Amino acid sequence: MGHDHHDHGTGHHHHDHDHDHDHEHSELSETALRVRALESLLVEKGYVDPAALDELIETYETRVGPRNGAKVVAKAWANPEYMDWLRKDATAAIADLSFIGRQGEHMVALENTPGTHNMVVCTLCSCYPWPVLGLPPVWYKSPPYRSRAVANPRGVLEEFGVYLPETTSVRVWDSTAEVRYLVIPRRPKGTEGWPEERLASLVTRNSMIGTGLALDPAKVKP
Amino acid sequence: MPLPDDLKRLPGLSLDAGDEPVFAEPWQAQAFAMTVKLNEQGLFTWTEWAEVFGAEIAAAGPDDAAEKYYCHWLAALEKIVEAKGAMSRTERLERKDAWERAANATPHGQPIELGAELKGHSH
Repeated sequence: MGHDHHDHGTGHHHHDHDHDHDHEHSELSETALRVRALESLLVEKGYVDPAALDELIETYETRVGPRNGAKVVAKAWANPEYMDWLRKDATAAIADLSFIGRQGEHMVALENTPGTHNMVVCTLCSCYPWPVLGLPPVWYKSPPYRSRAVANPRGVLEEFGVYLPETTSVRVWDSTAEVRYLVIPRRPKGTEGWPEERLASLVTRNSMIGTGLALDPAKVKP
Repeated sequence: MPLPDDLKRLPGLSLDAGDEPVFAEPWQAQAFAMTVKLNEQGLFTWTEWAEVFGAEIAAAGPDDAAEKYYCHWLAALEKIVEAKGAMSRTERLERKDAWERAANATPHGQPIELGAELKGHSH
């Protein structure tokens, strides 16, 4: 990933500057200065607590991610009653596994079937089911995905290496701040009787966004 | 997997389920966390946030680089805290200048703290 995109055209390339007498001191990028200004003011005014910010960041960096969603999907595959609950009230069924949204968003589970493949996008910005998938990958946030997922979903799927039969229709769901979607991919054949933990190992992040399928058990190392 | 060029319409994006870092740089994490906390505090609803953030993204247009995502996030955060009266633009820009002066007054390798520029000149 490129790391030279963050200068924001301010032209502050101090290192090439002729102020040689200054080069012993510290420097913060324009962006880092803006973030520090915001944070220090918000802390002083009592809006945020720095320790709580650190804790939140650690949570998203280490504890919240697609493994959460994989547990939901595996449980639904293994347990028809849970699948039923997900269909009727995904917010409650997912909260039952302690994956709870911070923005009070409503969760909807989209079950893939032989006749329908579901795929999720956010055309406005990048609304995404954080509690079950963590934060979105770069491609999900990119303008080409946001526009082309709606205009040409099959084309996008092919770029992800997903080729669906003509008899399968593709439905695209546009996330909002209020409603987030979790795709329940189809359970692969040859997984009868597998425990949930093993089933979860077949569930990829992309399969829960709808840009992938669950892994083929024959191709997964035991 | 390799694809013919005419199918590659998501250029330069990694499409697999690889483990890219959640945040590319620490400031992105800070901006993200402040936004989530302010929403939890009730300064704005998530719908209001999505509108302001979505407008930043829309203004950047369809050819925008995916790496600019958190730049838009930060610009939206600056706007929404001002719109909600949490701080004024002047206050924010003055504070940014203060941080820049503090950085200039801090020897390289030491933690930068507000007020360093005052201490540095007090001897």
